[in-house]
Amino acid sequence: MTFEQILFYAFAAILVFAAGMVITVRNAVHAALFMVLAFFTSAALWLLLEAEFLAITLVLVYVGAVMVLFLFVVMMLDLNTAPMREGFARYLPVGIVVALLVIAVMAMAVGQRHFGLEQMPVPVPHGADYSNTRELGLLLYTTYVYPFEIAAVILLVAIVAAIALTLRQRGGTKTQNIAEQVAVRRDDRVRLVQMDAEQRK
Amino acid sequence: MNFVMPDFMPALPEMFLLGMVCFILLLDLFLSERSRVVTYLLAQSTLLGALLLTVSLYEEGRALTFSDTFVHDPMGSVLKVFIYLATFLVFLYAKDYLRARNMFKGEFYVLGLFGVLGMNVLVSAHSLLTIYLGLELLSLSMYAMVALQRDSVQASEAAMKYFVLGAMASAMLLYGMSMLYGITGSLDLGQINTSTAAMDNNSMLLAFALVFIVIGVAFKLGAVPFHMWLPDVYHGAPTAVTLYLSSAPKLAAFAMMMRLLVDGLGGLQEQWEGMLILLTVLSLAAGNIIAIAQTNLKRMLAYSAISHVGFLLLGVLSGTQAGYAAAMFYAIVYVIMGLGGFGMIVLMSRAGFEADSIEDFKGLNERSPWFALMMLILMFSMAGVPPFLGFWSKLAVIQAALGADLVWLVAVAVVFSVIGAFYYLRVVKVMYFDKADVGAPTVSAGFDLRVVLSANSLAVLGLGLFPGSLLALCVAALA
Amino acid sequence: MIEMLQTLIMWDAWPAGLQTLVVIMLKIVAILAPLMVAVAYYTYFERKVIGYMHVRIGPNRVGPRGWLQPIADAVKLMFKEIVIPSGADKKVFLIAPVLAMAPALAMWAVIPFNDTLVLADINASLLYVLAIGSMGVYGIILAGWASNSKYAFLGAMRSAAQMVSYEIAMGFALVVVLMAAGSLNLGDIVRAQQGDYGLFNWYWLPLLPMMVVYFISGVAETNRAPFDLAEGESEIVAGFHVDYSGTTFAVFFLAEYANMIIVGMLSALLFMGGWLSPFQGWTDSWLGQPSLFWLLAKASIFLFLFLWFRATFPRYRYDQLMRLGWKVFIPLTIVWLVLVGVAVMAGLEPWFGKA
Repeated sequence: MTFEQILFYAFAAILVFAAGMVITVRNAVHAALFMVLAFFTSAALWLLLEAEFLAITLVLVYVGAVMVLFLFVVMMLDLNTAPMREGFARYLPVGIVVALLVIAVMAMAVGQRHFGLEQMPVPVPHGADYSNTRELGLLLYTTYVYPFEIAAVILLVAIVAAIALTLRQRGGTKTQNIAEQVAVRRDDRVRLVQMDAEQRK
Repeated sequence: MNFVMPDFMPALPEMFLLGMVCFILLLDLFLSERSRVVTYLLAQSTLLGALLLTVSLYEEGRALTFSDTFVHDPMGSVLKVFIYLATFLVFLYAKDYLRARNMFKGEFYVLGLFGVLGMNVLVSAHSLLTIYLGLELLSLSMYAMVALQRDSVQASEAAMKYFVLGAMASAMLLYGMSMLYGITGSLDLGQINTSTAAMDNNSMLLAFALVFIVIGVAFKLGAVPFHMWLPDVYHGAPTAVTLYLSSAPKLAAFAMMMRLLVDGLGGLQEQWEGMLILLTVLSLAAGNIIAIAQTNLKRMLAYSAISHVGFLLLGVLSGTQAGYAAAMFYAIVYVIMGLGGFGMIVLMSRAGFEADSIEDFKGLNERSPWFALMMLILMFSMAGVPPFLGFWSKLAVIQAALGADLVWLVAVAVVFSVIGAFYYLRVVKVMYFDKADVGAPTVSAGFDLRVVLSANSLAVLGLGLFPGSLLALCVAALA
Repeated sequence: MIEMLQTLIMWDAWPAGLQTLVVIMLKIVAILAPLMVAVAYYTYFERKVIGYMHVRIGPNRVGPRGWLQPIADAVKLMFKEIVIPSGADKKVFLIAPVLAMAPALAMWAVIPFNDTLVLADINASLLYVLAIGSMGVYGIILAGWASNSKYAFLGAMRSAAQMVSYEIAMGFALVVVLMAAGSLNLGDIVRAQQGDYGLFNWYWLPLLPMMVVYFISGVAETNRAPFDLAEGESEIVAGFHVDYSGTTFAVFFLAEYANMIIVGMLSALLFMGGWLSPFQGWTDSWLGQPSLFWLLAKASIFLFLFLWFRATFPRYRYDQLMRLGWKVFIPLTIVWLVLVGVAVMAGLEPWFGKA
């Protein structure tokens, strides 16, 4: 077994473990933390595939921003999981049957037979001067410029939607007008009065 | 790296749309509440401008651009034209409704136009990537529009259901696409078609990918058993948004099905035919039978939409050019009728009164004979009574199915549409033979809404008397 | 001497994998040991500087002129009891300081000290720094949550929102730098600032607003005054680490100062020409030569700024902090992104002509 294979199996094992924990632990914050671990190990797997840009971006965006906000929300919720577990035992048999079916079909479809190493040979590793970031940039701004732009529009729609759904203009709230505050000059606030000294009585 | 500057001409309408939406988005920030009508007028002129551009490009013929991720063809152009027209009518019908409910905001139009852009992308997609992105752009706009009425519990619930189920359907579709990419090594629909056609037809792997893709498409169309979201969303959303959801996106969903199943997986027609037959039978049965039990008109029309999807699928699954043309004709006709149907609800409603119950149409003949007549035309057409437009569309689809030797399926379709006629006619009965409640309000909608809605209904009659031209257009577009 | 040591331990007989591992470990120690010393004396320096700014003397009791003060502090913290509050999530409570510390140290892997001296010369080192730096927030929010105390929790919430907000401005500022240099590699970014005009070749001149944005965001990211809302002694006691004591507190302390030194180093590398001499092209003596001395000198200036800010500015209020990040910095960086894009395309001399 080469060093890379050892790394792969180690990270893959952690990933599967973390993913399993995400859905089985009772504490929502712990689940979110295992999700962070899952993201981190999948980033490590991408690194093994020489996709360093994607790997680092995964950490930057998902671990560094998305999951932080997620934790932010989860921590503030007082989650009571008991009602969610109602009927768990009742639906369990059906759930197990469906899950087993899906696993069986998936194993047949995406197993060694179709996507094994014989069908999908190992790609030739690139030299040290190969920059994954540069190659991705070139592709995104040339061949895939149209999908890339649409993805940008989707993000814009998401922003518009989020603002439209959450921005509430309430009457009677007090807010600061920073521009006005900054524009204040001394003369607006202080009046210097010239007056003669008074005689002590 | 060899890179040729793409030809921007075929995508001119899309670029115009995007530029205008961004402009409207910015301008709307600076408009006062009273001059909001400027946003509305600009949105409408954007649609008309895009319409002109698309029409002027119609003669260009089929062309691929943007590294083959974008296709310009007659089918796309025709569908885009009807998408613009449908959205134009939606905006027009919705104006007073939105005003009365304090929803007359720039966001409705901006999101609506972004949705149109998404439909355009979807209609002229030639790569799995653009199909998915177009679909997401459209869906995201629609989720937000459903939730736009924040204080309504029903609307929020509908948006939540729509979002969760829609996200799941997208995931299914994406999974199917990723399998397809794994098998063929390409995202390009043309290349996928050539490589799948060359493969062993019984490959389990292809069937696996196909199942997920068909599920994704069926969900977006609202075919049984992936229809659960549809009645709740149609019912819960504000009627103006229901109007939007039920019209143009149906054309886009039809285009998505054509691109994926015919352009991309045409070689697997034998395999997906079976799946579609199942969806068709279930949709016709469930749609028509459950609709009978509804007391809410929006819900009833939602189930009627499900049954219409069954007919639409009937055209596609016959797998011939004539069948595709018939399905396209059916989709366009359904959109025209659906606009009229939901338009009537908007017309009857006013602030604080939704008019979305069948009861609300009691004795409409006494209050407003003209609009009772219009509703009669629409209901007869949906039921498929000759000589209205709906009859011809059903006929075209049935002919196509007969051409593909699917006699038993045609029999099923006819039986269920006869059953379905019952609930359409019940609305007519309520309007003409029931007594109006004391104090039931008369129609008080604006002039433009009255005129255009009348024109819409009369078009169903007029085009029904001369159905040849529209059908010929669809046949020519797919030739 | 190294050869003698090598024969003594029979270095050549070791397996190749072990050899690399040992060499890497030694390199890590070579970076981290001076770092720890630097952190220790940075705290001393801080107390002295702020003392003089307050017209006091600062620490002067332990050792000559108080030089042993940081050692005494460290010893004290190490021998204090670690109190775990009742109701705390024990595992998370103990793992939080580690999560704060690890990113602060991991970032040093890609920091180049001169043209050749760098532990891991990776392609996307700038992105790596940004990504690993963004993970530092976990230590803080988990500490706040696991303490099961409302003050700690408030501090954690403030910190999470603040870090995420300022990361965007910081990221954009770094994007501008990478556009100017045409590379994500920190060494290449420094090399792109080389030229015959000495300090006028560096990016601080064309990217001045970005340097300001980057450094202020850096101050906010490290939760230092005037952005220390996460601690906010006068409002929420000590914020996220109110319930930490002994070694666990010391680790938070170390992480904060290690992060500050990183921000100082990065500012020097990205905007002030790193190890390049400010007098390059003016004189041929050692003053004109690039060397580690210049890098450390520049980083020290930025580190002094941290202390200066702390002694000078009052704390920001939360809404003002958010406004500065979202409504001032982000638009500014986007405008500058476009301007620099134009300048790079036009090949503006003497900064962008080479690419």
